This record gives sequence, C-alpha cells and structure tokens, in this order.
Amino acid sequence: MDTLGNSLSMLGNPAIITFLLNGVLFTLIISVVAVLFSIVLGTVLALLRNYCTTKKTKILKAVSVTYIELFRNTPLLFWIFICLVFCPVPAFVDQPMFGLSSVNNKLLFKAAIALILYTSGVIAEIVRGGLNSVPHGQIEAGHSQGFSMVQIMWYIVLPQTFRAIIPTLLSQVITTIKDSSFLANVAVIELMSRTKQILSAANRYNGTNSINVSDVFVLFGAAALIYFVINFSLSMTVRNLQKKRMAVGGRRKSSALDRIGKGVALDG
Amino acid sequence: MSGLFSPRAWNKIWIYRGTFLLGLLNTLKTALVALLLALALGIIFGLLATSGKKVLKAISRVYVEVIQNTPVLLQMCFLYYALAFSGHSPGIIVTGILALGIYTGAYMAEVIRAGIESVPKGQFEAAQSQGFGYVGQMYYIIIPQSIKVILPPMTNVIVNMIKNTSCLYIVGGADLLSLTYSFVTGENTGGSYAPAYIVCGAIFFIICFPLSTFASMWETSLKKREQKAFQSGAPKEA
Repeated sequence: MDTLGNSLSMLGNPAIITFLLNGVLFTLIISVVAVLFSIVLGTVLALLRNYCTTKKTKILKAVSVTYIELFRNTPLLFWIFICLVFCPVPAFVDQPMFGLSSVNNKLLFKAAIALILYTSGVIAEIVRGGLNSVPHGQIEAGHSQGFSMVQIMWYIVLPQTFRAIIPTLLSQVITTIKDSSFLANVAVIELMSRTKQILSAANRYNGTNSINVSDVFVLFGAAALIYFVINFSLSMTVRNLQKKRMAVGGRRKSSALDRIGKGVALDG
Repeated sequence: MSGLFSPRAWNKIWIYRGTFLLGLLNTLKTALVALLLALALGIIFGLLATSGKKVLKAISRVYVEVIQNTPVLLQMCFLYYALAFSGHSPGIIVTGILALGIYTGAYMAEVIRAGIESVPKGQFEAAQSQGFGYVGQMYYIIIPQSIKVILPPMTNVIVNMIKNTSCLYIVGGADLLSLTYSFVTGENTGGSYAPAYIVCGAIFFIICFPLSTFASMWETSLKKREQKAFQSGAPKEA
C-alpha cells in the first residue's frame, strides 16, 4: 500500500474536488427534483387508484393500476435505457447550461424523466397507504357538509395524508439519492459517475502513471462517505420524526382504546 | 417507435432468442445465489441485532447503516475494481453475487430484526422459564410467530434484488437487461429497440409481479386480522 499517499494526494487536487462536489450538487438536485415531480404524479395516480371506482371512471383506475404495477416490477435502468431512445427532448434543453454540454444536458433530461416515472410509481403506493390511513368517516363527513369530492380531497383528506407519510417520503428521498447513481450508466453528471471517471484517469493525477488498488479505495471511499453522510443524516431525521410520532400516536391510540373500551362497556 | 409493428424486428428477436434466455438465466442465477448469501447474512446480523448484547448490536447496526446508506452501484463498482486492480478478478457474475448478496443482506437483517422484535417480550421469558435453550426458543417459539410478519417485506426485498441484478451492467454486464442493451445497440443485431425492450420488460414483470402481489395481499390480510383482533377487544399481548 505504498501508493496510498499518491492516491490521497488526488483528493487534495482542487480540480478533482470541484468536479466531485459539483457531482454531489447534481445528485442532490436530481433527487430532490425527481421526488417533487414524483409526489405530484404519484398523488394523482394514488387518488385515481383509490377513488375511481364508479362505472364511468373505472378505466382511470385501471390505467393507474397498470402504471404503478408496471413501474414497480421492472428495473430503473430498464426505464433509463428506454427513455434514452424514446423520450422526446424539448429544444431549450438542447444547449450547454449548468456547466454541462448539450449532449449531457439531453442525457440528464432523459434520465431524469426515467427517474421521475420510476419513482412516481413507488410514491403512488406510499400516498395510497396514507390515503387509506384516513378514516372513511371523514369523507362522509365532508359529503354531509356539502363538499364536492375534489374539495374533500384537497381540504380534508390530502393534508392528513401528507402529514402521515412525511417520514416515508423522506426515506424515499434516501432511496432516490441512491437510485440517482444509476445515471452513472449513461452519463457523467452526478457523484457516482464522476468518481468512476476520475478513477479511469487516475494514472494521470496520482503521479505513479498507473491505476492502483489504493486509488479505488480512496476514490470510492470518498464517494461512499459523501453518500453515507447525506443519507445517514436523512435517515436519522426520519427516525426522530417517527419516534416523536410514536410518542404522540401512542397517547392517541391509548385514548382511542379507552373510548372503544368505554363503548363496549356502554353497549354491554 | 422503431420497429414496434415490423415483423422483421420481431423475427430478429426470435432468431436471437438465445441472448434473452442466456440473460434470464444469468439474472436468475445471480439472484438465487445472492439470495442465499443475503439470507445467511440477514439471519446472522438479524439475530445479532436482537441478541441484547451491546457489542453485537453495534456490529449489526454498523453493517446495516453503512450498506443501506450507500448505493448498491457504488458497492458493486468498488468491489469489482478493488478486486480487478489487485489482480484477482472473480468475473462479473461472482462480483454481482457478492455485491448484491451483501447489499440485500442488510435489508434482510432489518426485516428479520423487525420480525423478531414484533414478538412480545413475554414469549422470550416464557420460553426461558420452560427451559428452552437459545436455539430451541428461536426455533419452536419465536420464528413460527414472526415468520408471518417477516415474509411480506422479505418478498419485497427479493423483488428489489431481482431488479437490482441490472446493476451488473456497470461492471460489464451479463444479466438480462445488459444483454438486451447490447442486443439493441449491437452492430449486427441492433435497431429493434421496441420489441427487445418489450420482451425484456415482460420477463422482469412476469417474475416480479406475482411476488410483489403476493407480498401486498399477505400484508393486507395481516392488517385486517390485526384490526379484527383489535376491535373484538382481545388484546394480543399481555
């Protein structure tokens, strides 16, 4: 391991560090944007799947079920490959921006679309879990107050749903940050692919004219550390949120139990 | 849609059906062996996490957190290049099995830990008071009760692993998706994008859909049963 010092010196190279940190930035931006778009699309899908049960709207439910199951049961890379071929790209993407060439921007756009399509299938199921946790009585109460179905969803059901699924959505952000590394298969934009690219040129930077095992450890170790710090802090946040909820929910549940107990007593 | 309705493109798929079968075989092989490795790791670290000893718990925690918080693609690349540059390249499939097995093992460990923790503490104490040893207690008392909680999420983990075999692409690729990709971009075979991707997607869907449907149906029925127990006022644990 006498080449370790040479490998470590790469991390002192400002050009390499900037390249990597830009990759981190892209990873974060891609993931957050993908999750935000997926929440919108996923919510629509979940609502269609849950509430389009009348004869007229059944077809919408079928479409949503097909979409969700299709995207949940096929790999993300599959959709990235498909989008590379079939996804149309609007003209404003096809130019150099964000420090990327127009070719890379096109790739980024296509891969991001694939990521959004894939993630929205997962998020739809998360939202549906949240929708199902809202008691049905709330919808009936809304009807009795003269709310339309759209108003019921917007003012009553969805706010409660999203409050319930915030921890799950945050852990989906973690998954999406990890999934964004799949972009490394097609383009040099985010952290994973940039790490790989530096490794393939490591012989030029580490001063030994060859790529050594220590380069692999240093470069991938650094990338793994960055991913770990981001994801671990997120998952700690999720855990704290859940703990807080358990504390509150536990109290609530016990009071609900008490009420049920009293109801049984009264009935008896 | 390049060649979606062209008989020539579909014919090409039929001629090269061996490619897809080979890919399917490689994917299944990788997934199966990786599953065994993941199960072994999951059971070991799941039991460590529920052992109650601080050091063992910490070991399991570190494994799970480190693996779950980094992308599987990075782990696979790391493993592949580290082995390759140190002079013993084990081949793509073996790398895939190791990386996927270790990655999925962390998820298995969490699933098994949650399953064992779902069994009320009184059961452990009762088993001990009846003179069961650790193995007997797990085998006769704890595992039979936790298996119904463990199975649905475990099935989801398996589905994810089958999908993740596509990660093999980055280290050279011998799995179904990679072979499909090299088929559609190949010099002699290229061009029939739509039919090839439809075949590849259909194969993945046919494998994964029954598994994930089984998992979600089992979960729903579990929840319903619990609700019934809750409503009838029969507390499950004392």
